[in-house]
Amino acid sequence: MTEVDITLTVNGATRTGSPEARKTLADFLRDDLSLTGTHLGCEHGVCGACTVILDGRAVRSCLMLAVQAAGSEVTTIEGLATDGELGPVQQAMWDSHSFQCGFCTPGMVMQAVAFLADHPDADEQQIREALSGNICRCTGYQSIIDGVLLAAGRIRARNGER
Amino acid sequence: MKLPQFEYEAPATVSEALDLLAEHEDDSSVLAGGQSLIPLLALRLAYPAVLIDINGINELSGVSAANGSVTIGAMTREYMAEESATVADAVPLLAAALPLIGHEAIRSRGTIGGSLAHADPAAELPAVARALDAELVVRGPSGERVVPAAEWFEGYLTTARQPDELLTEVRWPAAGPGTGVSFLEVARRHGDFAMVGLATSVTLSDGAITDARLAFAGVSDVPARAAGAEELLVGQRPSAELFDDAARRAVGDIDPPSDLHGSAEYRKKVAAALVRRGLRQAVDNAQERQ
Repeated sequence: MTEVDITLTVNGATRTGSPEARKTLADFLRDDLSLTGTHLGCEHGVCGACTVILDGRAVRSCLMLAVQAAGSEVTTIEGLATDGELGPVQQAMWDSHSFQCGFCTPGMVMQAVAFLADHPDADEQQIREALSGNICRCTGYQSIIDGVLLAAGRIRARNGER
Repeated sequence: MKLPQFEYEAPATVSEALDLLAEHEDDSSVLAGGQSLIPLLALRLAYPAVLIDINGINELSGVSAANGSVTIGAMTREYMAEESATVADAVPLLAAALPLIGHEAIRSRGTIGGSLAHADPAAELPAVARALDAELVVRGPSGERVVPAAEWFEGYLTTARQPDELLTEVRWPAAGPGTGVSFLEVARRHGDFAMVGLATSVTLSDGAITDARLAFAGVSDVPARAAGAEELLVGQRPSAELFDDAARRAVGDIDPPSDLHGSAEYRKKVAAALVRRGLRQAVDNAQERQ
């Protein structure tokens, strides 16, 4: 077994660990750091449930090794709320009853957060495309799209106030 | 769905990577963006003794233009090429294909060299490389060699790269004046592998076609040029009838597979529609760029 010492930033805090080289970032977050908000569906890059934000970009945490995240900044679903208050995307999706069973939720939310950060003016079609790599088996997606559209509107309104 | 055990190496330079490849050859796999290799590991379809992670080799990343071509380092991530003004200006066919690769999160990690070294015949970049006659630069123990795209793709997931060689960069010819492009694909969902994809590049001079390039994805075990249709197009003036003839010729020359996503017959119908549509778009695009 090859174990590698790593240091990375997760949700703003410095974290260290010694994962096996073969351990994915997703398993490292869940097993070693007990951040079980990141979900694992397919474990081979198809479902999008494990999406996290790595150095500002959405990535699938099941498609990279934990050792590859050394020195990087990772944001997981646990990192979105501040002082017990949901982040704007979380709140809008909550308000829109976006989700049912909750399994795809962390991946959908992280992908939406990453996308809206770069594309606050996105329309419905662009949002549908941005989320097309995330699979939901409950909702039929409409409520999820509604939630992201609501979030986009609120983010634009908030940016406009500045 | 856990990865098999392997020895992990993370060289910082190309020469370190080459030493490791020379030592381990077929017992090793090279890890670039990982968007294809890590699923293969998770599914235990690949189980290398040694994984050589080249993500730390900075010299392999970057886009530069010189002497009528654009050189892209093998580890340049797909989103970086997608955001590159140089790529958008000089290699518009590549720029058209990049947004269709997987999904945003895949392009965050996936690399130009990784996709071409993996050589999935349904993927976008192999078709673009074939259409443009890109050059793939590999380095091995005896130095560097340049492999034309026509010789790179040897079979399903198989390339001309030797086990002790590393793909270091890819050179893409810049589009000249009068050249228009189109990249089209039909897939079950946005981001899925194409049932059929088509890279098209057409050059017009005084209203006539002087160069035509059509390369299919997803119709055989390698990306495939439609040489017969290309020949038929050169020297002619664009017209709906000409595009119909080209579509018939192109489809007559392919023998696509049947699978659960579509029958061979359906793929041929899609291929014909894409040739007509691709040529129309490329010609319109060429007229805009003149």
